[in-house]
Amino acid sequence: MATISVGGKDIEVDEEGYLVTLDDWSEEVANHLAQTEGLALDESHWEIINFLREYYQEYQIAPAVRVLTKAAGKKLGAEKGNSKYLYELFPYGPGKQACKIAGLPKPTGCI
Amino acid sequence: MSEGTIKKFLYLNRKAPYGTIYALESLEVVLIGAAFDQDVSLAFVDDGVFQLTKNQNTKGIEMKGFSLVYNALGDYGITKLYVEKESLEERGLTLDDLQDVVYEDENDDYAEKKSILLVSRAEMGQMMETQNVVLSF
Amino acid sequence: MILHTVNKSPFERNALVSCLGHAQAGSSVLMIEDGVYGAIAGSQVADVVNNSLATVKIYVLEPDLAARGIAKEKLISGVQLIDYAGFVDLAADNTTVQAWL
Repeated sequence: MATISVGGKDIEVDEEGYLVTLDDWSEEVANHLAQTEGLALDESHWEIINFLREYYQEYQIAPAVRVLTKAAGKKLGAEKGNSKYLYELFPYGPGKQACKIAGLPKPTGCI
Repeated sequence: MSEGTIKKFLYLNRKAPYGTIYALESLEVVLIGAAFDQDVSLAFVDDGVFQLTKNQNTKGIEMKGFSLVYNALGDYGITKLYVEKESLEERGLTLDDLQDVVYEDENDDYAEKKSILLVSRAEMGQMMETQNVVLSF
Repeated sequence: MILHTVNKSPFERNALVSCLGHAQAGSSVLMIEDGVYGAIAGSQVADVVNNSLATVKIYVLEPDLAARGIAKEKLISGVQLIDYAGFVDLAADNTTVQAWL
């Protein structure tokens, strides 16, 4: 199993870089994961990351992209509820990339 | 998303959760299949009704729980969860023992509506006759 | 005495009913995994369980019950809840553990 080192602590990740243990997540870990993806997180990223974490808390799954798009539009405002906005924030896919940084597993239905 | 005619898909769930992998597998196929925009219904028959019980807490058995996922189905356009009355009764359960699964109706100002439809065995049998595809778990 | 364990749903297999039919007076039966559904009051198999309670001690593993969302209030009275430590004690107190798979 691969590990990443954040703040002197070794954290297990799977072969695609997703956290193995959800409880290992912290904002520091998120920043580290974002860095390895070439992203610098700003407020707009955090809004989506926090939304994803809340969604996971409530439903035990990471939402599929179109579910995320719809739900983000409803919760954060219509201008954010479209895939263009989300892909600008997370170029490698709001599902895969944002979920990885949020410490969630890969969304079900995201092949 | 998909062209052509919309078909009626039924996922038939007859197994209890956790003891076997069927319930979780079914749920994953349902979520993946939801991308194809078909007319999807879920049926909970026999031990399948145990999948919907409320307050499932898997901490003690160190397994990942998935009962809350049923509440997300509405987001995936799945709003019909048929539960068989006789199956509940044979197991000493009533509708009160199940989660109150709801969805938001986009065509009705996001009004919250019940997803669970309690039907008799006879009605369940008739409903099955109306389906184009039945996937069993 | 024997500690019998049953891990299958009584509504899908006859393991529980067969076990209770064979269990001798004074022995213990422990419901685990999907077997815990056999402890629900008012079910199709509740009468068989109830009758057995006259001669056999019946236990149900609490973590398996909690995972399945079955409240303690729904259990047949006389069925006893135990945790993993209780399971170990039961196994130690009996000469054999017999699994009904």
